[in-house]
Amino acid sequence: MSGSAQHAELDLYDYSAYEGRPQIEWPNGARLAFWVAPNIEFYELDPPANPHRKPWPHPYPPVPGYSIRDYGNRVGHQRQMAVLDKYGVRGSISLSAALCEHHPEIIALCAERDWEFFSHGIYNTRYTYGLTEDQEREMIEDAMSTIERACGQRPAGYLAPALSHSNHTIDLFAEAGGRYTCDLFHDDQPTWVKTRSGKPFVSIPYSLELNDTIAYVVQKMEPRRYGEIIRRAFDQLYAEGAESGTVMCIPTHNYQVSCPHRLRAFEEALEYITGHSDVWVTTGREIAEYSLSHLQQQIGGGSEHST
Amino acid sequence: MSHELLNYSRRQYGMDHDRYEWSMLQDREPIHWPGDKPLALWINLSVQHFPLSGEKPAVAPPGALTMPYPDLRHYTLRDYGNRVGIFRLLKLMAEYDAQPSLAISGALAKRYPQLLERLAQTPYEWLGHGWNMLCMHAGEVDADTEAGWIADSRAALEQFTDQSITGWLSPGRIQSVNTPELLVKNGFTYHSDWVNDELPYTFKTAEGDMTCLPSCLELDDVFVLTQNLHSEDSFAQQVIDAADLLIQEGREQGGRLLTLNFHPWLVGQPHRLKTVRDILNALLVERSEQVWHAAPGAILDAAGRK
Repeated sequence: MSGSAQHAELDLYDYSAYEGRPQIEWPNGARLAFWVAPNIEFYELDPPANPHRKPWPHPYPPVPGYSIRDYGNRVGHQRQMAVLDKYGVRGSISLSAALCEHHPEIIALCAERDWEFFSHGIYNTRYTYGLTEDQEREMIEDAMSTIERACGQRPAGYLAPALSHSNHTIDLFAEAGGRYTCDLFHDDQPTWVKTRSGKPFVSIPYSLELNDTIAYVVQKMEPRRYGEIIRRAFDQLYAEGAESGTVMCIPTHNYQVSCPHRLRAFEEALEYITGHSDVWVTTGREIAEYSLSHLQQQIGGGSEHST
Repeated sequence: MSHELLNYSRRQYGMDHDRYEWSMLQDREPIHWPGDKPLALWINLSVQHFPLSGEKPAVAPPGALTMPYPDLRHYTLRDYGNRVGIFRLLKLMAEYDAQPSLAISGALAKRYPQLLERLAQTPYEWLGHGWNMLCMHAGEVDADTEAGWIADSRAALEQFTDQSITGWLSPGRIQSVNTPELLVKNGFTYHSDWVNDELPYTFKTAEGDMTCLPSCLELDDVFVLTQNLHSEDSFAQQVIDAADLLIQEGREQGGRLLTLNFHPWLVGQPHRLKTVRDILNALLVERSEQVWHAAPGAILDAAGRK
């Protein structure tokens, strides 16, 4: 295989400048669609070696990395859930499908709150890297059907496990019945995504910049500064939303945001955001479905996007 | 090759290993601390020896020497903790009538017997903390070698104290595949290496059960100040925010536990001591009605873990 064939430029979406776009109108005249995406993940203690990416920095048993992630499920999940309940936010869960088998108690708590479950692969220690197209299709379908069986809803969204992709990932997910992707970070509004099947498919903004793990582990932020950047992002997107609707997502991890020294910053940010009128507090699926059914032309889809 | 990547041998209810049972903190029987205080506080001081030898262990603990031999800057900065920092902290702890535990590198018994004699005069509980900060209980370490480190470090500390040393904190909070069994064989009843909980729980080994009393990494001084590079004031604020949240939960849901781990070589520096004082003042004075501060042994007893 030639290098150029392996590393093709993907034609995922058309370029669209932020200025001068068709106006996006959210339900009830909201300026901003706000969603919170708790990642509820299972990392394996002893995953098979993947030649393309090492799951753990430490040799077996990887106690530091494994145990803090387990903390998220044992301690952090219910703590974060209580705060989301308090501010009327239904989580849109980025779910390691195997968690349905490992920790069904967590699934039940989320299901009774009518939270959304979207696919985040089987385990966050299993990557797309190294899979053939057929194998990736099998993995995607396994995750979809596992979540559907356990949660009663077939996932509409996909955040590839550990953000690991192939150049078929989005096509395969659309063909499996998916409706939106969280893997693209190019915009603050929904974007029509071109897939080989031509099925309606949309990218919904899921921010890496506001992702708690990026903030706390990569940027090493102090907790209160994290709360501050969330509020600043909201102020900007809310102001712009007066002209054309924007999307704001806070992706979280129950082993980061729920640590007792950090939860307050997150709670204050939620209190601030939900204290504004004209905010559509919603889920990833609802934003995607609304975009595909009401905003196809505005987001670059349908027949009129290629002028 | 790729078939193995889609093979899930431990995809089942509960954990994907046999060390402990799956359980959520909020679903357990509430714990009641003495005086019905909502929050228990465990403070540990890690008294460590970092050898100058120039060896690079497979897994380096936080604070490890990094420069080519002889790395005098880091060696002496760590040694500062055993000459100066620990004495500042002992004085401060006494001033606040605190009950910190002491996790001590076994090698210090040989290197600095005067220090261990001084530590033995305190009423504080001791924990095994490995032989030194190069003897890492991690990865491919040979089981006999590791068994020797554990036995030697316990024996070295017990030359100086009448306490039976039953608690263990591995250097860098990491373990090898054999560590839990070797700890039980050597008489340890609890370790603090897995950070997956905020309350003690049963940890299974082939030699019998022990307890894991998790020691919080995310509020460890070395983690906050030297890895996250947060300010000293932010560190104190984070500890206080954590305490307030846990006090609230403790009132509503059942006793909670805050664990703090201080390193004399870090917070014993003159510009950082005030931070420890601020923390002690906030927790032991301003929140004295809510905080039950005790040694780990008493906390384990109160949690029903004999």
